Amino acid sequence: MTQLALVIDLNVCVGCHACVTSCKQWNTSGQAGPMFDDNPYGKDPTGTFFNRVQTFEVGEFPCTETVHFPKSCLHCEDAPCVPVCPTGASYKRKEDGIVLVDYDKCIGCKYCSWACPYGARELDENQKVMKKCTLCVDRIYDQSIPEDRRKPACVISCPTGARLFGDVHDPDSEVSIAIRENGGYQLMPEWGTKPANHYLPRRKTKMHIHEDELTRADNPLRKEDIRHETSKDTTLDDWLM
Amino acid sequence: MHPAFSVIFLTTLIGVGQGLFLALFSAQAYGMAKLLPAQSNDFFAGGALIALLFLLGGLFAAIFHLGKPSYFITRAWRGMSQWRTSWLSRELIAMPIMIGLTFLYMVVYYFGLDADLYGWGVEGQLPLTVGIATAVAAIALFVCTGMIYAAIKFIQEWACALTPVNYFLLGTASGFTLATAYAAAYGDGLVQFFGNWAIVLTLAGLITRAASLFRNSRIKRKSSIQTAIGVRHTKVQQKSMGMMGGSYNTREYFHGKSELFLKSVKWIFLVLTFALPLILLWAGLAGNDGGLFLLAFVFQYIGLLFERWFFFAQANHPQNLYYQVVG
Ligand code: SF4
Ligand code: SF4
Repeated sequence: MTQLALVIDLNVCVGCHACVTSCKQWNTSGQAGPMFDDNPYGKDPTGTFFNRVQTFEVGEFPCTETVHFPKSCLHCEDAPCVPVCPTGASYKRKEDGIVLVDYDKCIGCKYCSWACPYGARELDENQKVMKKCTLCVDRIYDQSIPEDRRKPACVISCPTGARLFGDVHDPDSEVSIAIRENGGYQLMPEWGTKPANHYLPRRKTKMHIHEDELTRADNPLRKEDIRHETSKDTTLDDWLM
Repeated sequence: MHPAFSVIFLTTLIGVGQGLFLALFSAQAYGMAKLLPAQSNDFFAGGALIALLFLLGGLFAAIFHLGKPSYFITRAWRGMSQWRTSWLSRELIAMPIMIGLTFLYMVVYYFGLDADLYGWGVEGQLPLTVGIATAVAAIALFVCTGMIYAAIKFIQEWACALTPVNYFLLGTASGFTLATAYAAAYGDGLVQFFGNWAIVLTLAGLITRAASLFRNSRIKRKSSIQTAIGVRHTKVQQKSMGMMGGSYNTREYFHGKSELFLKSVKWIFLVLTFALPLILLWAGLAGNDGGLFLLAFVFQYIGLLFERWFFFAQANHPQNLYYQVVG
């Protein structure tokens, strides 16, 4: 079984929104598109997006930390949005675990979006069908794209490399190793949705310096510096000089 | 959640239709058992017509809940395909069955059709059979409607057995109130029976609705901003939701009204749905005044519109945790 997913490293993300815009660009011109905008140049521009980057502040001034938090469909392994769909338009692919919406079947009843605790689905206000992240399903299998670029648009565009893509069911994949070794976690685990996407936590690189290491008891330099007293008596050297 | 008027009208209108039908059916069954005076065929045919109009009104409102009304013709039939997993799909099956059977019931009575189906040698076996099937459909439809909401476990205000119970009791209460008004005008000795049941159902609805209000006022949220983004710290606040002009996420899941507005709607619906109709029903029964029953129904129905608005507005979706601050 394959379960494709994203692993997002919150320690690396700088909140630049490159993934948001590249996602919109790829998908509005791809199979999932168009993704309409209303009022794009007006007062309250709004439109359909599959991916958003949000910002949170952790702690209290002055001990605060900024967390940039990209959010898109998590392709849950036990996706609650799928069984509620009355038409069968929402489905989870057996072969790679991607959750998709068939835009030709969807009646826009919004029930699936109520059943997603993460708010990952958006109704397209012009097409009136439900839309969501497709993990760039029209890109990752495209044989006409060079193999190393067959990844979701957001992964390719991320300038800091905060987004990894791969099969979380393969224990040796890059994503599984990252989850395992860097403390990857899931969002809202309390609902049992088993999101396939994982997040890597903020990590602090800290060095512990022991006092011993500042004043080294066994400093070799100091050891060599032990000078023996010289004799006041006349020595052979004096005589020779 | 954002209350959609299509769903408010859909659920309240079909509730009246189903409740009214159940009232008619109870009169029919009691009449056959000679516990109540038998009614004319026209009484049942007329009552079924009113119930049918309410059901069709609900269906009409439902069309506007679809993405586009045209989907009703081109795509809605697919909505019946996922009945194994989806309560909405089950409702989409139960609703046409309910409408079709109510229509059949009306036709049977209008033309006075009957047959000695079971060899009992008494009249009314065919209408009774159709009536039983329709009553089952009406109850099934109540269950489906309620479960659509109760089945979403993370909308904690809805995920409770009280939700389908409320749909059933509030629907039947309004249906029996309307049946009382109808019987006062066209029935024969049914007013006390319907009126008393309307009072009992309204009281029962008041108890269960109050119970759900009480429960919802002390819900312990399972999700928090900490579980939403997975950061363990007591102080986490949003600084930006990633967009400034709003999105589906800010439109669909928030009612956008003040706490005071919400509170007033609650009191309005408690008075209109329960208090006023109970007084009017009681006064109508005591003074034998048919007009009061109709008034009771009108107030109760308007109250139910407020009640349904509140039902949606009060529901707090966990996705709202991600949409606290614009930027
Ligand atoms: S994140 Fe939401 S839309 Fe995506 S699979 Fe999970 S429940 Fe469904
Ligand atoms: S909005 Fe579309 S995909 Fe979602 S439940 Fe309704 S029919 Fe299914």
